Amino acid sequence: MTDLTTPLGDEVLSLRAGDRVTLSGAIYTARDEAHLRMMEEGIPFDPKGAVVYHCGPVVQNGRLVVAGPTTSARMNTLTGFLIDAGVRALIGKGGMEPEVVEQLRGRAVYLALTGGCAALAADRMRLSGVYFENLGMAEAVWAIQIDRLPLTVGIDAHGGDLFRTVREKAKAQFHQRFNNR
Amino acid sequence: MMVHPADSTLPGALADATERALAEAEIRLPRDVLAALERAAAVERDEIARSELATILENIALAEERQVPICQDTGVPVVYLTLPPDIPFTPSIFEGVREGVRRATARIPLRPNVVDPITRRNTGDNTGVGMPAVHVTPGDRLTVTVLPKGAGSENASRIGMLLPSQASGIPRFVAETMLIAGGRPCPPVILGVGIGGTFDTVAALAKEALLLPVDTMDDYEQEICDAVNTLGIGPMGLGGDTTALSVKVKRADCHTASLPVAVNVQCWACRRATVEVQR
Repeated sequence: MTDLTTPLGDEVLSLRAGDRVTLSGAIYTARDEAHLRMMEEGIPFDPKGAVVYHCGPVVQNGRLVVAGPTTSARMNTLTGFLIDAGVRALIGKGGMEPEVVEQLRGRAVYLALTGGCAALAADRMRLSGVYFENLGMAEAVWAIQIDRLPLTVGIDAHGGDLFRTVREKAKAQFHQRFNNR
Repeated sequence: MMVHPADSTLPGALADATERALAEAEIRLPRDVLAALERAAAVERDEIARSELATILENIALAEERQVPICQDTGVPVVYLTLPPDIPFTPSIFEGVREGVRRATARIPLRPNVVDPITRRNTGDNTGVGMPAVHVTPGDRLTVTVLPKGAGSENASRIGMLLPSQASGIPRFVAETMLIAGGRPCPPVILGVGIGGTFDTVAALAKEALLLPVDTMDDYEQEICDAVNTLGIGPMGLGGDTTALSVKVKRADCHTASLPVAVNVQCWACRRATVEVQR
């Protein structure tokens, strides 16, 4: 188990798909609308070594109630500019397309957080700020401090993609079972 | 759960019951679903999958302890009512349910998820045109059942109008649905399968199948579940033995020239609760 702290640097390059890590420090939530807004108006936080979290939390009275990961695939075509700006890790669920795997190569990693585990995630998180609040609760960019959040490296910086490996195996199993009838 | 409503008017009692049912469903996972997850965790062989399942079980316990929703996608409520013969079926029934959804959204709280489909403007209170979906059937008692449905798994759902000669291909269609979905719907999933009826009723059957207890399967359901699990997608698509916890099937008769099949994909957080209104 590797312990990571933000801002991240070249240490992410040594991670391999399937590794378990913990992450501490600052992360920023962003879903579809936030990505579009950042493309238009610029990234409101320092992107160098930053971590972007695919998440739309439930916030009440300035406190995170629950904050689990959302489906990362919706951001497949919206991610390149973040990596170009220096973002070193994405956190989400479900993995991302080959286009993103290539964008991450030599630069950044994708970290999988267990989907639906929003109570647990919020337990390790503290709200520290917000940008683009007018996008609404789910779509705003929330700045969050995290403490040893447990994650799995889903996509590494060398093209290793645990999701693709699993998908290819699933496809082979499917064809073996159903297409020879 | 049975409640004596604070508000004795019918819409008031329904609002009260809807709010309570939502709070129960969002915070406390049904015991049959929890048992299925615990069983899966006990037999899973893949190391990453085991740690994913352990995280899920820890999250379920924490949500209950802290009295917060299990998942931040608190879903959109799908509501099933049974109305006894002496309760008139009027628009006030729907207004009561809608008020309950609004109160639950503010108090639990729930994430406001309901938007205009084109402009994407959020209504702010989880109600809107046609939302929540309310299904009414006659019954002996007045009950409110809620099934808050998250989008990650709902988006992976499929309808197929198969050929009448393709009945043996139904397990293939269901497995193919998960092959396409991969890790996106937050596996381990529960699959509600509708077979027969018409284009519209087959989808309703698939969703109603998610209300059935997941801890028993007949031979046909087990066969489909085993087929899905051979795919090895595993919890969150990271690989493993546990892709589906359970498959539940509901059937209706259909036109001699058609075979509608629907798969409603449900993430592991199969949230549902029923409240009976005591009168």
